[in-house]
Amino acid sequence: MSAITDSAVIARRNLIRMGRIPEMLIFGLIQPIMFVVLFTYVFGGSIQVGSSNSTQAYREFLMAGIFAQTVTFATAGAGAGIADDMHKGLIDRFRSLPMARGAVLTGRTIADLVQTALTLVVLAVVAVIVGWRTHENFGKVLAGFALLLLFGYAFSWIGALIGLSVRTPEAATSGGLIWLFPLTFISNAFVDANLMPSFLRHIAEWNPFSAVVQACRELFGNLPPGFKTPDAWPMQHPVWASLIWSVVIILVFRTLAVRKYRRATG
Amino acid sequence: MPGAIYAEGLVKTFGDVRALDGVDLDVPEGTVLGLLGPNGAGKTTTVRCLTTLLRPDSGRAVVAGIDVLKQPDAVRRSIGLSGQFAAVDEYLTGRENLQMVGQLYQMKAKAAKERAAELLEQFHLTDAADRPTKTYSGGMRRRLDLAAALVVSPPVMFMDEPTTGLDPRNRQQLWEVIKQLVSGGTTLLLTTQYLEEADHLAHDIAVVDQGKVIAQGTSDQLKARTGGERVEVVVHEREHIRTAVEVLAGFGKGETTVEEHMRKLTTPVTGGAKLLAEVIRELDTRGIEIDDIGLRRPTLDDVFLSLTGHVAEAKDEENGKGAVQ
Repeated sequence: MSAITDSAVIARRNLIRMGRIPEMLIFGLIQPIMFVVLFTYVFGGSIQVGSSNSTQAYREFLMAGIFAQTVTFATAGAGAGIADDMHKGLIDRFRSLPMARGAVLTGRTIADLVQTALTLVVLAVVAVIVGWRTHENFGKVLAGFALLLLFGYAFSWIGALIGLSVRTPEAATSGGLIWLFPLTFISNAFVDANLMPSFLRHIAEWNPFSAVVQACRELFGNLPPGFKTPDAWPMQHPVWASLIWSVVIILVFRTLAVRKYRRATG
Repeated sequence: MPGAIYAEGLVKTFGDVRALDGVDLDVPEGTVLGLLGPNGAGKTTTVRCLTTLLRPDSGRAVVAGIDVLKQPDAVRRSIGLSGQFAAVDEYLTGRENLQMVGQLYQMKAKAAKERAAELLEQFHLTDAADRPTKTYSGGMRRRLDLAAALVVSPPVMFMDEPTTGLDPRNRQQLWEVIKQLVSGGTTLLLTTQYLEEADHLAHDIAVVDQGKVIAQGTSDQLKARTGGERVEVVVHEREHIRTAVEVLAGFGKGETTVEEHMRKLTTPVTGGAKLLAEVIRELDTRGIEIDDIGLRRPTLDDVFLSLTGHVAEAKDEENGKGAVQ
């Protein structure tokens, strides 16, 4: 019982902070918006997806990739926030209180989930403005966004573990971002993975990130005409693969992070 | 029956560093123990072990009658922690901080709100209550930090260097707050590098150096260990020095030292103020005019020096800070 109320108290605390440091949310938006614009207008004309050469097909293909990349950036936020709390001595304060053990981390990840949701809303509006359209029913589109949020939530637990493992908030930010670039680029997010050399193609097809992107493309109806879905299992069953990946990541990283928290010294 | 805070043989090592090397403590209920020592002596590590933040490698600790290693959660309900490492959230207001802490002590939201208002009043923070604590002065932040430790009026309190970094006026204010608190019956363990602070606030003082308690007792007992009191006399006329030495020889417990040019005589004595009065009468009877006379007691600085062979000054960063173990 106290696990739920304590988590809510901590989530509320982090949301109040977010409201008082709005630049965090704004900076969090600039990067994905920049990517939308860059890929749509700069690369868009020269990247071929499926059998189509149309700019519109690439725009629609692209958005799921940018949405998925954006939700994984919550990792850096969670990591930096927790490292900052450690650094400032707040974690010590919390650990000396008779509260549920995982609540500090759960509260933080829930607050990050809210931030991710806000970011996605703004980003979706920008995407529509540059020409993104969905071709499935509203329920499926919503399911796509729910899947993105679940995946982002899972990644914030990786961030929590990073935040508890480094000495400074700055290290948590860079430690939370560095590995995300290869993860998101060696995937189907920005290009058709079928066109990669076979070594990279296999990595891309089994990359958890690709599963989420593929699932969203299906749920949004954004697969380009003539697109050949790879035979790898996660690509054939992307929704299931995304769910499994998310749950596994949450279970593993939540366990590790809570264990680390209990022994943490600020 | 062990006291409200009890530790036996606490050992904690960080890599090669033996931060605690067998710390024993016993603080009777309702008293204040001052843990005195330089940076790196093991004060903070001791507090961290007693407040469940750090698990000692070996040893036993009991706080408020509860075994710290076996029932850490029960201990957390009975303690308040304040000081250099237990912070408040700088983006939350003072009120929000106290409410949050109250709720995490498992108070209902309404009760936590009322308690926060009470504490803000008590610590003279009502005017600043709805400002983010980022805007607070150092003294205000310390007061809020202390208030956060008092949300549930815990029977046992720990304060780690509560006044480090404060200016003298703010330090004085905080001392008053702490004294009030203790007069209400709270048991308090306080760490400090300020000898004056331990002298001022603590019933008992434990001197810590290199992870061990090297001496413990009241301030007076510790001072007595360092050679006790001395009478210092400054005579008006230089030719009276020899007579004065004779007079002091009748009262002293050792050799009188004479600083000729200052006409100052110093003799170790026992007997306190009563003896001082007798010395004054005898000097007067002999017709010796004096410029100054006084009973000098060793300061805790003297005590620390004589116990450890080095002065109590900052060496390096207190251990226990840094990365995750």
